[in-house]
Amino acid sequence: MTISIRSVDKKFGRYPALNKVDLEIADGELLALLGPSGSGKTTLLRTIAGLEFPDAGQVLFHGQDVTFASAAARRVGFVFQQYALFKHMTVAKNIAFGLDVRKGKDKPSKIEIEKRVDELLKLVELDGLGKRYPSQLSGGQRQRVALSRALAVQPSVLLLDEPFGALDATVRKSLRKELRRVHDATGVTTIFVTHDQEEALELADRVAILNKGQIEQVGTPDQVHDQPQTAFVCGFVGEANSFEGQVAGGQFTAGALRLPAAGVRDGAATAYVRPHDFVLDETGFEVRVERAHVQGPLTAVSAATLDGHPLEISASRAEAALFQGAVKIAARKTHVYAV
Amino acid sequence: MGVTLSVLSLIVLIPLSAVAIKAAELSPSEFWAVAFSERAMAAYRLTFGAAFVAAVVNGVFGVLTAWVLVRYEFPGKTLVNALVDLPFALPTAVAGIALATLYAPNGWIGQFLTPLGVKAAYNAVGVVIALTFIGLPFVVRTIEPVLRDAADDVEEAAASLGANRIDTILRVILPALAPAWLTGFALAFARGVGEYGSVIFIAGNMPYKSEIAPLLIIIQLEQFEYARAATIAVVMLAVSFTMLLVINAIQAWSRRFD
Repeated sequence: MTISIRSVDKKFGRYPALNKVDLEIADGELLALLGPSGSGKTTLLRTIAGLEFPDAGQVLFHGQDVTFASAAARRVGFVFQQYALFKHMTVAKNIAFGLDVRKGKDKPSKIEIEKRVDELLKLVELDGLGKRYPSQLSGGQRQRVALSRALAVQPSVLLLDEPFGALDATVRKSLRKELRRVHDATGVTTIFVTHDQEEALELADRVAILNKGQIEQVGTPDQVHDQPQTAFVCGFVGEANSFEGQVAGGQFTAGALRLPAAGVRDGAATAYVRPHDFVLDETGFEVRVERAHVQGPLTAVSAATLDGHPLEISASRAEAALFQGAVKIAARKTHVYAV
Repeated sequence: MGVTLSVLSLIVLIPLSAVAIKAAELSPSEFWAVAFSERAMAAYRLTFGAAFVAAVVNGVFGVLTAWVLVRYEFPGKTLVNALVDLPFALPTAVAGIALATLYAPNGWIGQFLTPLGVKAAYNAVGVVIALTFIGLPFVVRTIEPVLRDAADDVEEAAASLGANRIDTILRVILPALAPAWLTGFALAFARGVGEYGSVIFIAGNMPYKSEIAPLLIIIQLEQFEYARAATIAVVMLAVSFTMLLVINAIQAWSRRFD
């Protein structure tokens, strides 16, 4: 199922939640909508689902206009952040619900429904828990029930709103892998919303980054991390030191700090440097090392420029040993954006 | 636990056992004759029957009222909200007199019912009307918080799975309300069984026809027949207690998913 979103606008009162959003989603893709809260990512997902309707623009499923079709008519599977399970039904009844409410000849027989429920329970590794009630399950298990309930109706697209938001870190990690596995097993086009960049980069084929109701960049995790197109993306995805300064003649200056800025127009600018892009360099600028601490296989070095701007540097253990007192460093890669 | 037990004993258990002890002053055959006389039986039937019917009526309209109060915004909502609680606060005699005046054959509402052949005061219908008035807030106020807490996303989930509005209400929303509904029903029913003040003004109080059991007790008391009054009280106590136990059991079953 390909999905096209064409210059979609949506306002809540006077607050613009989506502003001329365009997005193409390929068949079988796993796409993350990433952004801070209030960026419009959930509104965009709900607009795709048919739970929210745009003020202007179009939503196309497989080239067909579904802008004002209901969620049921679009055959979307939606997974809510708070699970939204039917608490008075057993796990099996929850999963069967979408098939059970079908009418007439569309409704599968009891045996078919049972079979489908069993398959889905196996798929999300909950076999044997069909007779439990949601209150008897852990958060992670509930979210898996919600996932299989959404998959039961064989949706054309699976939409997940912050699916791991309410879970603790360990469960979240294992459920991420699980979602990837389920996606690969079913091949269903999947879109999920998250504010956690690590989650988006780990899980998605492509990431769409939203800010203030607009899409800043769409690309593979590598692209958005290594070639951020806007200052916002650079600051939001991955860690980055940021500097406010001036560009003149392809050179960025902020106090004692100088960085190359080829191709950026003269004037006020913001520069970003990833912590691992700082290297020792005799021709660079001087910084004072303040502290170093272990960060997994690397060492995180806290330093400051001569005029007091703090810096975070990430280096290998061997390299970090050389960061002592006053050292000269340079950035091997910078991202400079005119303001 | 200790505090609960002492308070419960002082306020509930000891007075109730005093009733049983008083009733025991009668010989078994006397007890039987008083407790199950034809007049008493008619009174029990009316009291429990009317309380049940009123609780059912409240069960339906209480849910509707709670639904409207939770889901809709309209001018005067605060006023309606306060009105719902009025039966709690109003002296029951006032309610009884007001209802009797309205529903009497020459009253504001009664005058339109009489040509239709409906007599709504001074009979069992009148009793049901009074008990409905008294019981409504119990259902509304127990349902309301549960309905308010029911998240929108559950309804959206049902809709995205292809359920229409009626399916969603019947299979998703109402079943989740069942425990609270039963609680409200039980409270309204219990209140109806014990209600006295409002009923006697609208019931007509004709023996065998529209005389409620609490009134029968008062009549015995006025004749200084304390043991006879206690006897009827004991029967009501036994029936009420059994019914509340049954309702509690149903409630526990309906909460199996919590």
